[in-house]
Amino acid sequence: MPRTIYCRCAYAQIIPGPVKDAHLKNLCESGEAFDAVPDLCEMAANRHPKLKEIAQEEEVRIVACHPRAVKGLFTQAGCPLPATADIINMREQTAP
Amino acid sequence: MPASPTAIAALLESGNVVNVDADGACHAEHTGNTPPNAEAPAGAPKRSWKPWFPVIDYDRCTNCMQCLSFCLFGVYGVDDNGHIQVQNNDACKTNCPACSRVCPEVAIMFPKYSSGPINGEPVSESDLQREKMKVDISSLLGGDIYSTLRDRSAKAKSRFSTERSADKALTERQRCLDKLQKEGMIPAEVLAEIDLSNLPSPEEIQRRAAEAAAKGQAALDANQQRS
Repeated sequence: MPRTIYCRCAYAQIIPGPVKDAHLKNLCESGEAFDAVPDLCEMAANRHPKLKEIAQEEEVRIVACHPRAVKGLFTQAGCPLPATADIINMREQTAP
Repeated sequence: MPASPTAIAALLESGNVVNVDADGACHAEHTGNTPPNAEAPAGAPKRSWKPWFPVIDYDRCTNCMQCLSFCLFGVYGVDDNGHIQVQNNDACKTNCPACSRVCPEVAIMFPKYSSGPINGEPVSESDLQREKMKVDISSLLGGDIYSTLRDRSAKAKSRFSTERSADKALTERQRCLDKLQKEGMIPAEVLAEIDLSNLPSPEEIQRRAAEAAAKGQAALDANQQRS
């Protein structure tokens, strides 16, 4: 089972709140373990060690924004994501 | 029992990484930074810096050094192997995506920008055509857009020297900033932090531009020597 990471994008209002809330609710109700982070951009800027931990997973699913941007953030933080990483783009979704 | 989404959201919004296990138990750990709209926990620093910095798409980047030559704030640099990289995130000016607009390969992203392809959306054929057009315009101007701009600036200097007024310029800057804010381009908290009396002078901007261009050229020369 892939390790799931959820980004709250806490520093900007670019993803509608209801979309973020709906994904978080689904994750909570899934009964699966997951990690939630305040803001992947902020963590990449500070090279937070958690990113390296995430990138080393064999299977990883990231609920955040545009896949090109998410991959770029990890690469720039010195820990490129595996090619198999599944990135769910909340920017392209509307609230249910 | 499932974890509470509301409780997790509150922890995230105040800067915590939250691990939720299969039983719904939450373990929070503060990242050390607190988003602008949240209360910092005791002892933790409160940062107002929005994580705004360029992210290079290395699948597209051709290492042409246009970004290094363009940025006035020293955000870019080259690594030991002569590859362009973002070296100074904090120096980037919030909400300024200008370097991404000069990149001929559409390889520079600002994930928190409002629209694509700058925000990381897939690059379309029309985006590439637009960049090609910019390069063509540069060629039409004689191949050296900087020299053309310098000539144009020199002509403008003589034209405006008689009507130059620092007060007028400040009023104009304020008007432009107000307009950008009304259009939603600059958040109010960013505008509030700008010290209008402390903006760089035209001469300082020219000096920084020359410095950036020299850095870019030096990097290109070094890479040429390497190959």
